[in-house]
Amino acid sequence: MSTATIPRPSKPWGVNFKQAIPDVVAAFATLLITYAIVAYTPLKGKLAFVIVLFLVAVIASAAISGIRRDRKAALNSISTVMIYVAGMFVIFPLGSILYEIIRRGIGGLSLGMFSTDMAVTASDAPLSEGGLIHAVVGTFYIVIIASLISVPIGILTALYLTEIKGKAAGTIRFFVQAMSGIPSIVAGLFIYAVWMIALGNQYSAAAGAMALAILMIPTVARTSEEVLKLIPSDLREAGLAMGGTQWRTVAMIVIPAAQSGLITAVILGVARVAGETAPLLLTMGGADALNLNPFAGNSSAIPFYVWKNFLLGTETAIDRAWSGVLVLMIIVLFFFSLTRFLSGRKGRF
Amino acid sequence: MGGFGINFTTRSPSRNHPSAHFLRGDSSICPVSTATSTLPPKREITTKPRFSDKVFRAVVTTGGFSSLVILGLISLFLLYNGLNVFRTEGLGFITGFDWIVPLPEEGLPAQYGIGAMLYGTVVIGLIALFFAFPISVGAALFLSYYAPDWLKKPMVLVIDVMAAIPSIVFGLWGFFVLMPHAEYWAKLIHKYLGFIPIFDMPANAFTRSPFIAGLVLAIMIIPIITSISREIFAQTPLDRIQAAYALGATKWSMIKSVVFPYGRGGVVGGAMLGLGRAIGETVAVYTVLNIVFDIRIEVLLSAGGSVASMIVNKFGEANPDELKALMASGFVLFLVTLLINFLANFIINRTARE
Amino acid sequence: MSTIQGANQMSQANPVHSLANVAAAHSASKGDHHIAGTGIEAKNIHAWFGDKHVIDDVSIDFFPGTVTALIGPSGCGKSTFIRILNRMHEFIPTAAMAGEVLLEGKDIYQSGTDVTKIRLGIGMVFQKPNPFPSMTIKENVLSGLKLAQLKVSNQSELLESCLVRAGLWNEVKDRLNEYGGALSGGQQQRLCIARSLAVSPQVLLMDEPCSALDPGSTLRIEETIRELSASMTIIIVTHNMQQAARVSDRTGFFLSDGGPGRLIECSSTSEIFSNPKDKRTEDYVTGRFG
Repeated sequence: MSTATIPRPSKPWGVNFKQAIPDVVAAFATLLITYAIVAYTPLKGKLAFVIVLFLVAVIASAAISGIRRDRKAALNSISTVMIYVAGMFVIFPLGSILYEIIRRGIGGLSLGMFSTDMAVTASDAPLSEGGLIHAVVGTFYIVIIASLISVPIGILTALYLTEIKGKAAGTIRFFVQAMSGIPSIVAGLFIYAVWMIALGNQYSAAAGAMALAILMIPTVARTSEEVLKLIPSDLREAGLAMGGTQWRTVAMIVIPAAQSGLITAVILGVARVAGETAPLLLTMGGADALNLNPFAGNSSAIPFYVWKNFLLGTETAIDRAWSGVLVLMIIVLFFFSLTRFLSGRKGRF
Repeated sequence: MGGFGINFTTRSPSRNHPSAHFLRGDSSICPVSTATSTLPPKREITTKPRFSDKVFRAVVTTGGFSSLVILGLISLFLLYNGLNVFRTEGLGFITGFDWIVPLPEEGLPAQYGIGAMLYGTVVIGLIALFFAFPISVGAALFLSYYAPDWLKKPMVLVIDVMAAIPSIVFGLWGFFVLMPHAEYWAKLIHKYLGFIPIFDMPANAFTRSPFIAGLVLAIMIIPIITSISREIFAQTPLDRIQAAYALGATKWSMIKSVVFPYGRGGVVGGAMLGLGRAIGETVAVYTVLNIVFDIRIEVLLSAGGSVASMIVNKFGEANPDELKALMASGFVLFLVTLLINFLANFIINRTARE
Repeated sequence: MSTIQGANQMSQANPVHSLANVAAAHSASKGDHHIAGTGIEAKNIHAWFGDKHVIDDVSIDFFPGTVTALIGPSGCGKSTFIRILNRMHEFIPTAAMAGEVLLEGKDIYQSGTDVTKIRLGIGMVFQKPNPFPSMTIKENVLSGLKLAQLKVSNQSELLESCLVRAGLWNEVKDRLNEYGGALSGGQQQRLCIARSLAVSPQVLLMDEPCSALDPGSTLRIEETIRELSASMTIIIVTHNMQQAARVSDRTGFFLSDGGPGRLIECSSTSEIFSNPKDKRTEDYVTGRFG
């Protein structure tokens, strides 16, 4: 039995109160100087405060480190401040956007919004009149139709790349990556040129959906391919070794094992295209009235609704635009959370 | 009973038992391989796939090739529709600044040139990158090397949500929130720093200028560049980092000497991907920009345009001839975006392999 | 005392002697059996990956109702060899082979053969247990039927018999509807064995089935192997010589000297371990290398 006592664990590298005093004093001084500058010069306002604070902090910390240690330390301090600022800065726009959307859009929200369209509403009519049901229905149609087109093609493409691995696999992967960079307006232009000009069809929700499908396919295909690649190959081997055909092995073993990932891929694709505007401007026509036929006739969708109201420019129109944006953001955030939730679950284990 | 507890008895298989002969070590059943000097030819392995498998392969292959077909069709149609315009205008389509659509009665030939718009597209993209790149890289460094653990997850969430926000939201926000602030600051700069020539501008300079468009796009592409940079930084080999610290480096000198050289390619690739996204943006630019066909050096003035926003602008009232010109513009935009994306992916993949 | 415990005691004394005794004890305990099914015969098998020659002229006739162990150092082509037996080798893009594999007298590589049917008759158990994650225990065992579209009149009877033969029934009979992932490694491997049994293969190939398992599970699986050999031909690749001695009737010793793998010696297990004919075999089984 040893009589020596075990020392208490300590962290000598941690922040020591005595060592921290100069830093605290420096921080205080920075704040004071900033406040003084803002108070006694014409630079005013919250933004001014922040910018001046940043400048003073950089100078002060550089000076202190430079005096205390050396030039290298000064550089380190400057970069540290700047990197912290960059980090904080990234959060700021999102906060502003969400704040403004809620602030400006919530006024126009009402239950009546979801039961009327804008067919008979004047551009400067009060918010109690008119609604966006035509836009909601339109968005619903285009998302469904776009999914019906792009999900099979996307997942089949992924299956080709992971299960069949034919000679064209490299080329196809290359092209899918190219497709993922298509500007949304070019997709709209293509559908306009083919479906409407060459084949002579009119504006419709389906046309908009086709343009969106072009944007959705690469997302679905690439995410599905990643998910399928994660399925270990000995599951496939086990299925084939038992005398299963390739398609049964894929259908009964591989796809069920990957199912939550595949669903995530689809929802990611939907989230990507639900808010697209440009391709719709070229293919849907932008109706004010509810159009229940997705295959013919002018239709609208939520982003299009926002766009039209923005162009109108009257005060109530702008309010409507913000309300539309609020509804759109709720939908997008819903899909986004769904994706997170699904990829958090580890399949059926 | 054997001394070690092993039952060595009795039950040897009968001689007539069919399995007997090989239990006795009859090795004629498995001849030992002798080295052969000539090797037999390789067999051609054929399978007769079941019908269902043939169908499966056909269906999946068709689906896979659809992407090829769609992309090919897109290029083809845009090119075909714009061919006339390319033929008449030639290279001037890309370099010309004038977009004149005369009235039918005037009987004058139309002139289409997207030079100004291309210039605008590039300028706006570069402005966006100019602001977004340092902030994104800084934020990525922050997340990788400076942020406390409890802050990392929420921040990454914020960035991912930002990446999901539709562009029209940015358009609206840019017009109604960012622009007024920018105007305020323009006034301020003009008032107090106006004696410096660059800052000498009329108060409404910032409104609806390529500069504002660039700012809005910068905020749109920050999430992309930050995410990619973060992934690249996460791959920096830990032993190199620790070697730098062991040599007495401060955090910043470690970043400068290890992280940047290693991740340079990937971060540049990420920036290019962000640029590609910015170039193709339509509505966010359109809301905050007046479309003017002119090249101006002063980006802070309200004039300019991008190819994408021009298409949206002119599309509504275009006659068939002008429409073809718009198709040609779309094709050019498509090519430029494709080029930038390929370059970016090439750079990222090349550095990833090191 | 069981033969296994006795053998372990002996092995502390003299390695070769003890393995030989184990092998002898094993063959001694094999009484009259019903010999079921057909065997499988490999004739002059060569294998390549691209230009690399990895198996050189291996011929073995695996008799029905026997357990054959293939032993040898890593990289001698043992796993490649058994994958040639059930036409899994060809999934690797650069793979090529020569020779014949006769199942019921017919070459399985003959052009025009229905490969999926061949694989139905030859089961495989892999090194790492791989139950299908999206299926319950019951669904896992019966998955072979679904995959091959076989009709069986009484599924629950088949389910029980497969699990009994695999030595797993008692442990899972009350939780057949739970997912396979919840079982321990040894149980998962026995589940995979039960799964292979459901389609009634004539031949069962096992590629180091116990290498990822603890000794307790290993011994239970070896018991299962011995019981199964009554009704089928079993070929097991193993690195563990004691396992080969315990479980197999015949043993084949593979070796590669930097070139392609060759079959050095193949005879009854007791012969290989007590009286090997080739010096290299003797060196390997006495532990001088490998």
